[in-house]
Amino acid sequence: MSLALIAVLPFLGALLPGFAIRWGRSACAGMAGLVTAIALVGVLQHAPAVLAGQVVQARLDWVPALGLNANFMLDGLGLIFALLILGIGLLIILYARFYLDEADPMGRFFTCLLLFQGAMLGIVLSDNILLLLIFWELTSLSSFLLIGFWHHLPQGRQGARMALTVTGAGGLAMIAGMLLLGQIAGSYDLSVILEAGATVRSSPLYLPALILILLGCFTKSAQFPFHFWLPHAMAAPTPVSAYLHSATMVKAGIFLLARLWPVLAGSPEWFAIVTTTGLVTMLLGAAIALFKDDMKALLAYSTVSHLGLITMLLGIGTKAAAVAAVVHILCHATFKAALFLSAGIVEHATHTRDLRRLGGLARLMPLTFALAGLAALSMAGLPPLNGFLSKELMLAAAAQTVWAGQPWLLGLLATLAAMLSAAYAFRFVVHGFLGPVRKDYPHAPHDPGAGLLLAPLVLVALVVGIGLVPTGLFGALVDAAAGRVTGGQVDSDLALWHGVASPALWMSLAAVGGGIAVLGAYPALQKVWAATARPDAKRGFDAGIRALAALARRSTDSLHDGTLSRSVGVALLAIVGGGIYAFTGGGHAPGARSLTPVEATPLIGWAALMVATAGAVWQHRSRFAALLLVSIVGLMVALGFAYFSAPDLALTQITVEVVTLILMLLALNFLPRTTPSESPVSRRVRDALIAGVTGLGAGALAYALMIRDFAFPTISAFHLAQSYPGAGGTNAVNTIIVDFRGYDTYGEITVLGIAALVIFALADSILRNPHATARLRANRAATPRAGGWHPQLMGVVTRALLPMAMMVGVFIYLRGHNLPGGGFVAGLVFAIALLMQHMASGFQWAQGRMPVDYHALIGAGVLIASLCGAAAWAFGLPFLTSGYDYFAVWPLEPIGLATAAIFDLGVFLSVLGAVMLTLASISRMSVRAGEPADDAAFDNAEGGR
Amino acid sequence: MEALVAIAIGTLTAAGVYLMLRLRTFPVILGLTFLSYAVNVFIFISGRLAVGLPPIIDKAATGYADPLPQALVLTAIVISFGMTAVIVIMALAAYLGSGDDRVDMGDAE
Repeated sequence: MSLALIAVLPFLGALLPGFAIRWGRSACAGMAGLVTAIALVGVLQHAPAVLAGQVVQARLDWVPALGLNANFMLDGLGLIFALLILGIGLLIILYARFYLDEADPMGRFFTCLLLFQGAMLGIVLSDNILLLLIFWELTSLSSFLLIGFWHHLPQGRQGARMALTVTGAGGLAMIAGMLLLGQIAGSYDLSVILEAGATVRSSPLYLPALILILLGCFTKSAQFPFHFWLPHAMAAPTPVSAYLHSATMVKAGIFLLARLWPVLAGSPEWFAIVTTTGLVTMLLGAAIALFKDDMKALLAYSTVSHLGLITMLLGIGTKAAAVAAVVHILCHATFKAALFLSAGIVEHATHTRDLRRLGGLARLMPLTFALAGLAALSMAGLPPLNGFLSKELMLAAAAQTVWAGQPWLLGLLATLAAMLSAAYAFRFVVHGFLGPVRKDYPHAPHDPGAGLLLAPLVLVALVVGIGLVPTGLFGALVDAAAGRVTGGQVDSDLALWHGVASPALWMSLAAVGGGIAVLGAYPALQKVWAATARPDAKRGFDAGIRALAALARRSTDSLHDGTLSRSVGVALLAIVGGGIYAFTGGGHAPGARSLTPVEATPLIGWAALMVATAGAVWQHRSRFAALLLVSIVGLMVALGFAYFSAPDLALTQITVEVVTLILMLLALNFLPRTTPSESPVSRRVRDALIAGVTGLGAGALAYALMIRDFAFPTISAFHLAQSYPGAGGTNAVNTIIVDFRGYDTYGEITVLGIAALVIFALADSILRNPHATARLRANRAATPRAGGWHPQLMGVVTRALLPMAMMVGVFIYLRGHNLPGGGFVAGLVFAIALLMQHMASGFQWAQGRMPVDYHALIGAGVLIASLCGAAAWAFGLPFLTSGYDYFAVWPLEPIGLATAAIFDLGVFLSVLGAVMLTLASISRMSVRAGEPADDAAFDNAEGGR
Repeated sequence: MEALVAIAIGTLTAAGVYLMLRLRTFPVILGLTFLSYAVNVFIFISGRLAVGLPPIIDKAATGYADPLPQALVLTAIVISFGMTAVIVIMALAAYLGSGDDRVDMGDAE
């Protein structure tokens, strides 16, 4: 099975449990298990090759321009993690099937679990660090969903948020670090980076990259001082804790440390940061774990401590230490998952996890006791269990390391941590299971059914089996993984007995003996611990988050207080500031373009535009006057287009101007006619300043642009050259609209149609609102009316004009491909012709004689454009490819007919429909306002008023 | 002519911005219209000014104006109408619904 398929499998499979839940909880769990099992089989297929030292690869180019390739690889290190993720995943699914309550949404649980599994699998299989980052972030997101699975519990939500914040923030640092690393190594492919260790370590960017990547790893793997999120994440259901917080997610940081070990390790900085962080975390976690009364909290801090141990080993940087790290990754995953699952069983049976309320369970739950006891003894580091193996290797590596200038210090501290570890492991067993049977359990304890016991049983079997026959069970696996970490051949010497000359043996004995002594002195120690003041990480975290939120709120409120003027003003000033910065900061050549001479006629138009603009601003309180002045501006703009060689624009601008004016007049019919004077002078001055600065900026930019030639050759030359031979039309603007950039136009008419439908819907909601209709009526009653409603003269003239205007529209549409015109203008001309009938004879009279529905027009327009585009598929061409030919129909000249004309017909129809629907929607309000229906076309006709 | 066109663009922009910063809906709509003019003309002149050179392919033509900004502006003009219409109906709905045509809600509400 291809590695890419294996990596994708859990994501695809994540859909299945959600569906399967309708066939029952077993089917749901079975589906999740099936997906996991298939992926596991896929990984196992590659195992022989990987164990033989090969690296299995699957390469897919994704975005090669960015160096982002979907490359996957499976080597020894990846294999260990893939087996842990899928193997323990399978056990967790089995356990969760029986652990989750009837009321828990199991489909959602398994879907999230599979998403998380896929993300983890992606991390360990990635051969590209950008791809790895994507999966890295996915683990943060999916674990958020899992930790907060019981989102009705506040601690579940808080724990999930904290985990997401801490690991997400670390992920951001990691992104920066990985980008730096890719820059240094010259590639984002891991296989290339792994070869470039010497280059990376000698780069001046090594230290920043190292620190950023370590931030990502340390937050994910709960290293001091970021360890505090892990215990809070224990609010998750126990299967999640067992999966995420022993075997997978928290090991992602460790995995990355191991993965990048050949590249980043071996420098004094690496040794100092990683070893020290690991050591502090190991000691601190172990000390806190000892005094936790909640079984899961104890295990959580113990996990923190063990992750610190692995980090420290990876930091030491020797081959032996790296081997020890790999061995402990495996051992810790097995015994810690078993312990979490046992804690879950105890909680399930007794309804509490508090060690102070437990004790004596050994007799009531013998099977659980046996499993939990063996796993805990392994955690304590007793032979012949697997925890002993890795602890020996760890102590041996620590004893040989010089730290802080002292050859003995690290060994001593490691022994101390091992002692504490033994102490809390013993406490877990002694306070939880031994002692007299109590009478006051919240719920009568009993061993659970096979469903809950099977998963920890398999794990404990591994704990014992690996301890007894380490080389036989996983020697090859450890060698393959450690070989990839250290970049050389590794023959690990895994054995329980290394002889009495081994210092590790004596350190180990001291640790176990000390552990028993510490447990003996526990009541006294507990009093001291309780009396010691300790910083509360959660309180600090919450205060930090509160401060950040307050800062964010303050800055948002100061920029955007909910008023339009504030946000518009701030945005405009920012844009102008950015423009000034860019103009002064960047180099630019002086303007060399020869200027266009000033002529008298356009100067008059320009003056009219300026005067009308100034007048509109000055007189903006009397709204009719301002509206008319704005129309004059629009007219002058249209004339400007005509003067500066844009006849199509001039036509469009004039027709749109007419339609807009009618629209605004209609709206003004229902709005107040004047704007009250209410803003103080200071505000007006401020607004005028903002407007002036923005206007100056826009004008200066326009001038700077116009006096310069193009910096690069534009693509317009192509359009001009290809307009006739390529698209069969001589109007280059029209060929661009209907052919070269037909897709844009296709989008435009769709948007226009949607806008019209929005207007229709909004108008409809206004008409349904009784307050609004009451205001409409009151408004109409208060408005004086002119004498004649529909003058006869206007009615006669518009009726005569209608066919002529339509003919002009058809003409403009037909000639559009070769001469100024086209579907947009034709649609607007048609709309104006129809609107004139509305004005002459009233909306209701004209509407009653309109045979077509405007919605249907919009739909037909978009549909025709779509079909015209899709027709190209029939010829094996891409969407919207056009063809053309010439036809001669006597006595007309030969007409060039392009399929683009059909597309333009679609444009025409949708523009017509959209404009008419818009205006009709607003006109309908006047009907509701109480305007009487007209039976006649105009006042003097029969039946008129 | 370049300076005149630039002044016109600047004036249209300034008028649009000033009106958009007013407190009632109708001036804001007018401001938006002004701003649409300014933006459309600005995009248009990015093809530089040309007099008497329409982009209609003709053997006798000595040159052509840049057709691409024209095509972009043509659709922009039509879309501006759609946008104005949507804002007009929103202003109507707000006024008819609340009896008040202020752009911003007061603190009292």
